[in-house]
Formats: sequence, structure tokens, C-alpha cells
Amino acid sequence: MSIVTGILKSSLGKKYIMAGTGALLLLFVIGHLIGNLQVFGPPELINNYAHFLQSKPVLVWSARLGLLVILVAHVTTAVQLAAMNRAARPVTYAPTENVSYGAKWASRYMLLSGLVVLAFIIYHLAHFTALVPGINGAEDFRKLRTVMHGQSVPDVYGMMIIGFQVWWVSLFYLIAQGLLFMHLQHGVSSAFQSFGFRNHVWWPRIETLTKIVTIAIFIGYALIPTAIYMRVVGADYADKVRAELKQDGTVSPAESPAAGKETH
Amino acid sequence: MKVKLKVWRQKDRNSPGEFKTYESPALNENMSFLEMLDVVNEELANKGEEPIAFDHDCREGICGTCSCVINGKPHGPHRGVATCQTYMRSFKDGDTIVVEPFRAKAFPIIKDLVVDRKALDRIQFAGGFISVRTGSAPDANSIPVPKENADLAMDAAQCIQCGACVAACKNASAMLFVAAKVSHLGLLPQGQPERYKRVKAMVAQMDAEGFGACTVTGSCEAVCPKEISLDFIARMNRDYAVALLKGDPKPISGGGAG
Repeated sequence: MSIVTGILKSSLGKKYIMAGTGALLLLFVIGHLIGNLQVFGPPELINNYAHFLQSKPVLVWSARLGLLVILVAHVTTAVQLAAMNRAARPVTYAPTENVSYGAKWASRYMLLSGLVVLAFIIYHLAHFTALVPGINGAEDFRKLRTVMHGQSVPDVYGMMIIGFQVWWVSLFYLIAQGLLFMHLQHGVSSAFQSFGFRNHVWWPRIETLTKIVTIAIFIGYALIPTAIYMRVVGADYADKVRAELKQDGTVSPAESPAAGKETH
Repeated sequence: MKVKLKVWRQKDRNSPGEFKTYESPALNENMSFLEMLDVVNEELANKGEEPIAFDHDCREGICGTCSCVINGKPHGPHRGVATCQTYMRSFKDGDTIVVEPFRAKAFPIIKDLVVDRKALDRIQFAGGFISVRTGSAPDANSIPVPKENADLAMDAAQCIQCGACVAACKNASAMLFVAAKVSHLGLLPQGQPERYKRVKAMVAQMDAEGFGACTVTGSCEAVCPKEISLDFIARMNRDYAVALLKGDPKPISGGGAG
């Protein structure tokens, strides 16, 4: 049996895929958080970062492609494992209060929390990457531009501030972060287990590390929509952008004749 | 004391099963759970009904024959105890106790509470052995074994192959069992020659039997009558990864025996 069939076909191998892709996705989640926390600085900081990323299309697109491959591997393997696990017990037990003895809640609902996070990722991409209008409950984000280094670039700061001032968007982001927290709480330590990095000495350390990392990620990500929704961050900027958009909006073709008359 | 039993009755592998409720006769609270079933069966036999079939042998917690999921938990309410050493004093007078067989695709029901656990035997046949020379027994302690390895190997060797780990796992996974066997032999010098071949063969057989994968919920560890640790599953995962990295041995080319 070659290493490839061993990994792709065996139950243990599939867990290696889950652990490996999960670890890479965790690295992305951490990097993405560090990038996003720049929203707490001046608008130029995160816009400059976004501009820097967009000015390296090869880098960005290879990272996107890599992430897509990793995510697809993680999700398809999860679905395969779930099907295999379900098939292993065709007749279930009578419902009793006792079923989850010894098993943490997070560990029993990994597929569910994962699928909700997947739905969130799709929404998040449509929301802030594809800038699909009409799903953000606010302005058309494609209109938000700012000038950086003499070029017109997307105003990422403005999008985040205006986007998270919508209560249901912020709430959905918070729920998704809660589920991601739950998913990681079990996933991070279990990845060590799946690769065999565990014994009675290291397991308590791994669990502590998992707690620190997941709580830090949750607080970091939850802080962004909360602070913006509570108008702690960028409220003036949002009002300014909205006012500017309204001004631009009045110069629509339907109203321009009237405006023209006034200038006469 | 008296209890009400809600028991899974199934005539054979191919018939559909159902729960049936029985009132127990007066019981001594110091009876074991299996003795309680004996008393209930005696009454059923006297009434001309089919007694409840259940697995049992040593009744002292060392053979791994008894099974049953009692109120949703394999081997009953206690930690580190098999069904045969669960006593009626753990229940209250008038309780309804739900008794089910171990449920897994790899454990087909033979009758009532008796399931076919030969899948575990087949995993053992695939690799749970060592090669030793025949002849007179070697001197004791002739092969040095570090104390900590000997202790760990003994912890793993406690597995009595009852299958409660499979019954408890939400995925009906046999990982804890296979991990215990792989670790027990893999930790000792006598188990080294087949160490990597063994883990591959036993995992392959485990997958072929239709057991699920590990989600690290820890249910297996919680119900194991011998309290075998999840650490051993990590050890198996590690050995399997090393085995895959090492690859298959070089094939023998012609000629051969010298």
C-alpha cells in the first residue's frame, strides 16, 4: 500500500487530511485576523494593506487557489467521514439522557458547526470580496472608493465600518465566530491527536494551548463587528462616507435637469 | 426492590427487533445486573416465555464477554466497571432500566442482547501477534524492558476486547480497541519485528469490517471497563503515519531460501 492510498483510503489517513488541512486553515484564520485588526488603526492603515495585497495579483490569486483546494479537501473529507461514521451504526440507540457521557458538546457537532462556518465563508466572500450588492443591508460597496498613492482603490475601511453598522450582519458574524470557536476548540487539540502528538505529559499542554489560541481568535474577531456596531470605531468616518454617497446620489440623471435649473 | 426492564428482543440476525417491557420479581439489591437478568429469565421460563438471551462468562470483570447498553451507557452507570460487576444497588426501586445490545454494523445481533463481536477477533488475526521461537521458555527478564514502557504496555494490555468502545462511540469506531492492541505489542521489544506491518494490517482490517473513524469525543475512554486511555489512539496514529512513510518492504526477487 502506497502512502497516497494509505492517506486517501484509510480511516486514519482521512483524519490526517482533516488535521493537516485544518492546521493550514487555522494559520490562515490567524493571519486574516491580524490583517483585519488593522481596522482599529487609522483608515489609511487597512486600506494601504488592502492596496498592497491587490497590487500583487499573482500572490493573492495563488493564495486564494491554495485556500480553495485546502478548504475543498477539508470539507469533502469531512463529508466522506460523516457518511462512513453514519454507516457504521445503522440502528441507533433508544434516546436516553445518557448519550454524551464523556464527550464534549463541541466534539459531537463538528460537522454541523463546520457546515455553518462554511455557509458563513460563502456569505463573507460575497459580502467583502465579490462585493455583491443587496446582501449587505447597506450601500453598494462597489461605490466606496478612496485614493491611495494617486490611484482610486476600494475603501476597505469604509466597507467594514458601514457593513458592520448593520445589526443583522454583525449578529451573523458573531454567531459564525461563536461556531468557529466551538469548531476550533475541538479541532485544534484533535489535530494533534490525529497526527499522534499526544501523551499524558503533552495532552494537558495541548489543551491549554488550544484554549489560549481559540479564545484569542474569538475575542479578536468578535471585537471588530462589536466595536463598529457600538460606534466605538469609525462612526464619524461612516457618517462622512454616507453623506458623500448621498451627495453623489443626487447627481442622478433623473434629478439633474432640476439641479440644472437652479444653477441658472 | 423491583425494577421495570425495557429490553431489546430480537429473534435472530434477520428478524426485526423491538423493545419489550418486563416487571422484575423482588430483587436483592446486592445482586449483580446479570443475576437480576437470571432471576427475570427464570420467571419468564416458568411462564413458558422465551428467556432474554445475554452474553456472560466469568462474571468477575476479566473476560470481556458481558455487554449490554444500560440506560444508554455500555456496561452501565459506573466508570471502569463491566456489566457483570454492576450491582442492583446502583438503581432505585421502581426504576425503568433500558437494556439494549451493543449497536454497530460490524456487530450484527445474534439474538436479543447477544451480538457477534468476531470482527474484533479478525482484527487481532490480521496483526495482533508476535513471532517467537518455539522451544524452551526463555529466562525471565533476559530482555531488558524500561519500567515506564512495561507499565504503559500493561495499561494497554488490560483491554478485554469487550467492544464497549465501539458501542459507546458515536461513530461506532473500534479505534480504542485497535490502539490498545497495537500499543501493547508495539511498546515491548518482542513486538518490534512486526510493529509497522502490524499497525497497517490491523487498521486495514478495522476499516474493512465497517467500523467508523475517530472524532476524539472521548466516549470510548469514559465507558472502557479497563479505563484505557485515548493516548493509545494517538500512539496508533503515530505508528500508522510512520508505517506509511516507511513504505512497504522491498519485494523479494527470485531465488530466495538459502
